[in-house]
Amino acid sequence: MLLEISQLTKSFLNPEGVRHRIIDVPAFALAEKAQVALAGESGSGKTTLLHLIAGILKPDSGSIKLAGREMANLSESERDHVRAENIGYIFQTFNLLPGYSCLDNVMLGMSFGPGADRDFAERLLKRVGLGDRLRHNPRQLSTGQQQRVAVARALANRPRLVLADEPTGNLDSKNAREALKLIREACAENGAALLLVSHDRDALAGFETTVQIATINRATAAEGVSA
Amino acid sequence: MTIALVVRKSLRQHALSTAITAISIGLAGALLMAIWVVKSQAHDTFTRVDGGFDGVLGARSSKLQLVLNAVFHLEASPANIEWKDYLTITNHPGVELGVPIAMGDNYRGFRVVGTLPEMFTRTEYDPGKRYRVRVPGRLFDPTLREAVVGSYVAQKLNLQRGDHFHPYHGLNFDEEHEHEEEYVVVGILEPSNTPADRVLWISLEGVQKMSGHAAESATQISAVLVKLRNPIAGQTLDMQYNRKENRLTFAWPIGTVMAELLGKIGWFDRLLAVVAYLVAVVAAAGILASIYNSMNERRRQIAVLRALGARRVFIFMSIILESVAIACIGILIAFVIYAGLTSVATVVMRAQTGVVIDPSAFHPVMIWAPLGLIGLAALAGTVPAIKAYWVDVAEHLLPSH
Repeated sequence: MLLEISQLTKSFLNPEGVRHRIIDVPAFALAEKAQVALAGESGSGKTTLLHLIAGILKPDSGSIKLAGREMANLSESERDHVRAENIGYIFQTFNLLPGYSCLDNVMLGMSFGPGADRDFAERLLKRVGLGDRLRHNPRQLSTGQQQRVAVARALANRPRLVLADEPTGNLDSKNAREALKLIREACAENGAALLLVSHDRDALAGFETTVQIATINRATAAEGVSA
Repeated sequence: MTIALVVRKSLRQHALSTAITAISIGLAGALLMAIWVVKSQAHDTFTRVDGGFDGVLGARSSKLQLVLNAVFHLEASPANIEWKDYLTITNHPGVELGVPIAMGDNYRGFRVVGTLPEMFTRTEYDPGKRYRVRVPGRLFDPTLREAVVGSYVAQKLNLQRGDHFHPYHGLNFDEEHEHEEEYVVVGILEPSNTPADRVLWISLEGVQKMSGHAAESATQISAVLVKLRNPIAGQTLDMQYNRKENRLTFAWPIGTVMAELLGKIGWFDRLLAVVAYLVAVVAAAGILASIYNSMNERRRQIAVLRALGARRVFIFMSIILESVAIACIGILIAFVIYAGLTSVATVVMRAQTGVVIDPSAFHPVMIWAPLGLIGLAALAGTVPAIKAYWVDVAEHLLPSH
């Protein structure tokens, strides 16, 4: 398995100072090159789960084994390294860096992991249909094009796992379908597994495996949040 | 280098604040370097420039006044001394050469000084360097109304060989006090970068017997420039003129007299240095403030970089390097401003004293001031860098931020 989660919990202090459990996942697994959609409403812990898997957050308890490494036991710096080497991240708001060209953005995606590879970055941008926009600033692109740059950036470090957090949330339905198709194809072509979270039923329709987060996250299921 | 890319992009994204803080660093660096170099060069130059003489004999006054008047042609002459005083000191066995000078007139603000041809034929104003008259040209004939003009005077007044002029009475220019004697320029001195460049030289007798001067001045001079055979002679003359008598003053050694002057005005250098240090601190604080104030907009970018795998240390170092980069740009600006400041200082100093400093000469401040500013900038950068280090990645990746 590429990803194995067991007895994972994460809680936060709410504004009233009361600790509030967001994640309580007894078990979840993802195979190499698998493409799984995680469905759930806002507040169901989808983004937090992705942050835990990516090592951005440290769990309160439990285990996250990614590519054979126990993320929960790693230092922050080691988690950064695992993330840089193994994970590509696609955000709802793309999070492209302003002031950086499309090519720079994609190259940043590989700089902290395997190292800068300009040819590969250019190939990725061509693959997502932006071969003629290498020097463009993301602000000069449409939202659909920006998301395509984000897809190229997520694949830039040749990740084993791509985490996509509501990747179609800011796109119209046509662009959303195209973006989703592109994400899935690009991940498959690059041998990366895909874990995509969304609350958009249309976006999830094409996935062979769709998991309702309420079925794996007891914390939010108990509160009645369900897909 | 990813960090170089991140720093470069950040500098461009914050171009205005980068430019302003770099300019303030530039001003601080330029001030520091200019103050130190001008102070150091002025000290070296003013204590070295002695026209090739060791001492000055003049009427009873302060040694400083004598030196400024007779060597630098700046102060008023305290009073005249008798010709026999010149003969007495030149006949002293410890005196190698005595050159009398007489002052009291000017031409358009530049001093007309009477002296003997030995001033030019027997004097080395620097070791191995004699005053030379440009070719074609020659020294004045002491029996005629002829003048040799210092290079700076010739340049400023556009005087050339063959030009005629009437001296004006007094050391300050007043059109109503023109002497009737007319002098012809027979030579222009090569630049010596000494006060002699700012003088119109005529015969001693020419000044002594200028129309309108008191009758007794015909046998008087303003001072005697003295070159000694050895330092012991200086001590002997110092004892004789300054301690045993009270009619004359022997200012010796010239460099020490000037060093005392510079020591007395050293507080001003120190004040300027304090101002420069303060400017440097304010400039560094400017870096701190400009980066710190932009942290709100930077947090999301930092969070994205962290999500891409950047470590906290990378973020910390990128902020420090950004501060250092601003300081480096500032230092480049500093050298430009420094060149401008010292050019002005050089022109002013030459115009006022005839002495020329060389701001392009190396001085250790050109190393330690830039390094100090870089260090200060790095220190200033640590505050926003620490803030960047602790940015909450998960929070700032959310769409609401």
